[in-house]
Amino acid sequence: MIKRLLPLFAFMALAVLLAAGVMRNSGKDTSAIPSPLIGKPAPAFSLPVLGDPTRLVSGADLLGRPYLLNVWGSWCPACRDEHPVITELAASGSVRVIGYDYKDTTEDAQRWLEQFGNPYDLVIADEAGLAALDWGIYGAPESFLVDASGIVRWKFVGPMTSEVVRDQLLPELEKLK
Amino acid sequence: MKRWLVLLLLLVSAAAAALEPIKFTDDAEETRFRELSAELRCVMCQNQSLADSNAQIAHDLRMQVLALMREGKTNREIKEYLVARYSEFVLYSPPVRPSTWLLWFGPGLILLGGAVVLAVVVRRRADGAPATPPSEDSQEW
Repeated sequence: MIKRLLPLFAFMALAVLLAAGVMRNSGKDTSAIPSPLIGKPAPAFSLPVLGDPTRLVSGADLLGRPYLLNVWGSWCPACRDEHPVITELAASGSVRVIGYDYKDTTEDAQRWLEQFGNPYDLVIADEAGLAALDWGIYGAPESFLVDASGIVRWKFVGPMTSEVVRDQLLPELEKLK
Repeated sequence: MKRWLVLLLLLVSAAAAALEPIKFTDDAEETRFRELSAELRCVMCQNQSLADSNAQIAHDLRMQVLALMREGKTNREIKEYLVARYSEFVLYSPPVRPSTWLLWFGPGLILLGGAVVLAVVVRRRADGAPATPPSEDSQEW
């Protein structure tokens, strides 16, 4: 009898193993790559302010207070979904939100901000997308939390929701106090 | 018919535009670039190599790999550059470390386990078969 049930047991063991694998990954965005920058200084960069190519902003200019670097582009539909969340976050005053306009043209980006509103303290423009490689950016939207001394504390890939802000970002900000 | 042809032509030309050719200085550089970019994983579309992917970021990273090659960086340095920014996800063959032991040796262990089970079963049958011919009720299958 036991012998007869052996294949069933083997099958069940395999099913449990596979189910455990599925459970472990369910609800997780498996396409999000963990950032190796967490706990390390933000990469050095020098990028122009959107619409003002003569004004360059570097990482050192942003030190002193934590900031959320929000990567977006006018070409990015998910950024539009995320936009109300960013707007609400910026309005709440819990953190400075710096826009990182990624692989975009100035005209398109400015039109987008006019249309949907500009929640950002400052928008820096990376038209070529080269500086983005140092941040490990591979799409938009992406968001980095950088602390007052310039250390990357947290990264989120994809559009942030108010749940993400409440359950992940705000606790991270709390830790910085 | 004509409409389909036009559509096909459009698709083909779009694909061709996406794959803009890279100007290599010589064959050795081209070979090295192809080998290296085949070992790297596209971060956007994770089931494709950097060489195969048409994603914008894959294009940017290919250009960066080529630029680093021309700066005289070794393959190892280029991989380190990418790992520092995009984590070990970019490597198609992850390094052998305690956290990747299961990945590297797991399949071998399962194979070994199977071989052991097989050997035990075969031996048991070889031992048992001549002495006791199967009786009616032990034939469960």
